[in-house]
Amino acid sequence: MDVEAIVDNLPLYLQGTWMTIQLVALSLLVGLGLAVPVAVVAGSRRVWVSALPRAYIYFFRGTPLLVQMFLIYYGLAQFEAVRESFLWPLLKEAYACALLAFVLNTGAYTAEILRGAIAQTPFGEIEAARACGMSRAMIMRRIQLPSAFRRALPAYGNEVIFMLHGSALAGVITIVDLFGAARIVNSRYFVPFESFLTAGAFYLGLTFLIVWGFKLWERRWHAHLRARDATPTVTGR
Amino acid sequence: MADGKAALEVEDLHKSFGALQVLKGVSLTAREQDVVSILGSSGSGKSTLLRCINLLETPSAGKVWVHGELIRMRSRSGQEPVPEDRRQVERIRSRLAMVFQQFNLWSHMTVLENVVEAPIHVLKVPRREAVERAESMLERVGMIDRKDYYPAHLSGGQQQRAAIARALAMEPEVMLFDEPTSALDPELVGEVLKVMRSLAEEGRTMLVVTHEMGFARDVSSEVLFLHAGQVEESGPPSEVFTAPRSERFRQFLAGTLT
Repeated sequence: MDVEAIVDNLPLYLQGTWMTIQLVALSLLVGLGLAVPVAVVAGSRRVWVSALPRAYIYFFRGTPLLVQMFLIYYGLAQFEAVRESFLWPLLKEAYACALLAFVLNTGAYTAEILRGAIAQTPFGEIEAARACGMSRAMIMRRIQLPSAFRRALPAYGNEVIFMLHGSALAGVITIVDLFGAARIVNSRYFVPFESFLTAGAFYLGLTFLIVWGFKLWERRWHAHLRARDATPTVTGR
Repeated sequence: MADGKAALEVEDLHKSFGALQVLKGVSLTAREQDVVSILGSSGSGKSTLLRCINLLETPSAGKVWVHGELIRMRSRSGQEPVPEDRRQVERIRSRLAMVFQQFNLWSHMTVLENVVEAPIHVLKVPRREAVERAESMLERVGMIDRKDYYPAHLSGGQQQRAAIARALAMEPEVMLFDEPTSALDPELVGEVLKVMRSLAEEGRTMLVVTHEMGFARDVSSEVLFLHAGQVEESGPPSEVFTAPRSERFRQFLAGTLT
């Protein structure tokens, strides 16, 4: 075991970890923002309204993230119009392409999770809201979405972990994320086992933080589902 | 019997689900402070009647007025009519509170949050005022010590009392009760009926679909017996319970009282 190669390159791993955290956090944030309206529209009973968001979800869940990223990073550059557009300064950057691919990917998965959760809102709760005079938009905003977010939480925790692990693909297109850092260390010292094991350990640590974070989050948001002996939570609103 | 202005008028209401005719022309008038008990065996259309009044079901034909305001419907050739103006429907619903058989409290909100939700967001009452009002409503139904509980942590009777507080917080002109005690364990029925009785005593206008004959007999000012989508018998309880004109109502009474 070549421990020295790893220790000497810890700064590189930390830099890669920071890049991974940035990429994943930004993707999740923007992806979630995208997923909410997509989920709402995809749940519409009118087919011509739900067709487009459903097609989007279907495409991005139906193809590998690596293919999506290559399409955006390598594929788009093939077109003259793209190279001459105002977006080119962004699209020629590996970082922006990876981010775009991740956002669209996690957006699709999250939208599907949310769509299912919205559809599962107990019908009686919707009727009670209608009977109070709430409009359809208000029912979505005040009743269906808050209750759907809670239902979606465990599945979303899974999606966050998938996103973290999927983000390793960024290392393939020259980005020095955690995986990219491991690739550099490996190529310099030819220590594949040590370099990738270290990356694995870092991913494990990040996953642990995510799992722990979601546990806290669930404790807060699932108070209404816990056993009856639980002391009532005083909500801080 | 109270004799105020008409709070609610229903004229010749019809409702069909496909080929199934559930209501075949029902009319009723509830004046202010009236308590109208709607009786009938299952399938008689009594819940549907209630749900057509606040348009949870869209009536196939007929008219509904709330304090003289007609709910405008647009008929479409060959299809079921639709409300002319969804806003009007929403506004009218906010004046008619409903209490459901299955309580239908919002499960992700505490009792207090359930009660302040619609006043704040539909009626635009300032939060502080809404909370104050909600607390006095919860006091009234004996649920103030449970205000920070989630619905899942409450018994059925407590949930229904919270749901009544939620309805009261809207300061409704008419309250619609859809079999409010039918989902409760027998020993919990009493606490809910007690609250409803006190509401009737303070002069609330109420429409109550119920199987509780005691409540219908003692509390209501008017009893309506539905059979197969039509009013089979109606009148003040003192008349209909002692001298029913309809043979079916007589049988119904015999069946429920034994």
